[in-house]
Amino acid sequence: MIEIRNLTRTYVDGLVETPVLKGIDLKIETGEFIAIMGRSGAGKSTLMYQISLLDEPTSGEIKIDNRDTHLMTPEEKTKFRLERLGYVFQDYALIPELSALENVVLPLLMKGAPKKEAYLLAAESLKKVGLEKHLKQLPSQLSGGEQQRASIARAIAHNPDILFADEPTANLDNESSRTIMEIFLSLHNEGQTIIMVTHEEPYGRMAEKIVRIDDGKIIDIIKNK
Amino acid sequence: MFSLTNYRIGFFLAVRQIRRSSIWTNTLIISVMVLTFLNLVVVSGILVGLIQGAVDAVREQYTSDILISTPLNKTYIENSPEVLAILARDPRILGYTPRYTQGATLEASYKEQHKETEKVNIASASIAGINPLAEDKVTGISKYIVEGSFLAPDDYDQVVLGSYLLKKYFPMESSVFTTLDNVEPGTKIRITLNGIKHEVTVKGIIKSKVDEINMKVFMVDSQLRNMMGRNDYAVNEVAIKLKPNVDPVAVRDSLVAQGIDRVARVQTFSDAEPKFIKDMIDTFAILGNLISSIGLVVASITIFIVIFINAITRRKFIGILKGIGISGEAIEISYILQSFFYAIMGSIIGIFIVYAVLEPLITAYPIDFPFSDGILVAPISSTLLRMSLLIIATIFAGYIPARMIVRKNTLDSILVRK
Repeated sequence: MIEIRNLTRTYVDGLVETPVLKGIDLKIETGEFIAIMGRSGAGKSTLMYQISLLDEPTSGEIKIDNRDTHLMTPEEKTKFRLERLGYVFQDYALIPELSALENVVLPLLMKGAPKKEAYLLAAESLKKVGLEKHLKQLPSQLSGGEQQRASIARAIAHNPDILFADEPTANLDNESSRTIMEIFLSLHNEGQTIIMVTHEEPYGRMAEKIVRIDDGKIIDIIKNK
Repeated sequence: MFSLTNYRIGFFLAVRQIRRSSIWTNTLIISVMVLTFLNLVVVSGILVGLIQGAVDAVREQYTSDILISTPLNKTYIENSPEVLAILARDPRILGYTPRYTQGATLEASYKEQHKETEKVNIASASIAGINPLAEDKVTGISKYIVEGSFLAPDDYDQVVLGSYLLKKYFPMESSVFTTLDNVEPGTKIRITLNGIKHEVTVKGIIKSKVDEINMKVFMVDSQLRNMMGRNDYAVNEVAIKLKPNVDPVAVRDSLVAQGIDRVARVQTFSDAEPKFIKDMIDTFAILGNLISSIGLVVASITIFIVIFINAITRRKFIGILKGIGISGEAIEISYILQSFFYAIMGSIIGIFIVYAVLEPLITAYPIDFPFSDGILVAPISSTLLRMSLLIIATIFAGYIPARMIVRKNTLDSILVRK
């Protein structure tokens, strides 16, 4: 379970302070599929960066399974991200010199998995997203949709407790977007906790819960049917 | 910190980054490393080789492996026949050449009428009386004849002149050092020795990189001995050539043990080197090291810039790697390993160029410096030391920019902010 209390994030540029998050309180249960939605600049991505430990909040606290994340050192956060979190970025964020399989196997090797086992798990993960025929291809040889699926395979290969997705369909056509969302739904059905940032209403509605943000504050939490 | 997993991941990333980066980028970086390696090894090697070439030439053409010479307080080597008999019996000696030497005045154009104000055509020189066959066997100086020909054993009244004694080869002249003008093979010159004038014909001109050769007049030993009136066969110096792989120090010590040092100075070629030559070798080595150090700094800066640009352009991916949980150390190791790869490749190619191309080439065709035939001196131990320095400098130059980028905020790197 994730508990967020009075979370703020203010960006400082010289003398100019820009508050982006202005006191967020939120609870996310294990196994939930949350869509964080809002207009551009509302603070939805910033919120996700705080929860996913990619950024430091200005104040407030985030507890993941009762663990205070603000007490962690940067090294502990990196380790925590490796062991318990998975990321899907808007622009896929695959490493260009690594094949699809190598991109997926990298976090597994970092986790200390034996080489053979890591490659088997990575191949399995890519199969799960329908890329079993593209294992050896470099990101530049894959389409946008395929790259995003490879990115999902990388994010789920090590069985993370929470999967974060930042605008995962923003750069994709409708068909690819639907495929990605179907993968998320399937993962959710298997019990995966998913926190997704999106500005696309139809995909937001596919989540279990929509958290609407505006001007750095939660304005609404809607449970989808 | 630098755990086995970090090395494993660093290696995984480094191999793929090198393998899949542009061949032109890799070629460019490796070329810079090769040039840096050559700068480190060849520049100092040539500087030292410049003097070493001169030293080698003196050994080859003048002192040979061991030089027995007149003690400072004597005018010749006493009991020379006994000394030569000892040398003749030593099986380690390949050959030796006894020399008689005497200062003399040379005069040319003496048959022409001179006005009183006109300068006379004279020069001072040291005359060396040699056995032409023995001398050539030991020093091979006949190959340095540039005009005419070398002496034969029965060439009485004939001389070979060192090139520095002739104006056309050595145009500088001072009140204490004069040269002969209008002299060539076939020209008759007059030698004044002990106040007695002898007319001889110039048979050849010799020009070498060794001053002792260029400033001498060579003539057949028996004639000079008669001119000097040295009936006891006492010579002034003996150059000794040893058989291959014989240690000159061991032979010198054994000659000293047989008492030769009581009548002569016994020196190996190294002992006979003037101190200023040894100082020059040391000075040039320091100069070479200085230039190499600058080369090393330039190489470090080059690698720093290359890795820094590489890391800056890959900042987003470094951020993503950190974002998905790859440790900063693993990423740093990947850059260290890349730098190591470039340094090793540059060094290996550099070693090949030095030892398979440059060294044999320069040995076969020495660089024609005014005072020596410059060779490339690149001992393996010194080359390996320089290679190690290059690798260490390169690793640091690669590590520092990688660390600078890795230390940046992960999210800022992913979003390429600031």
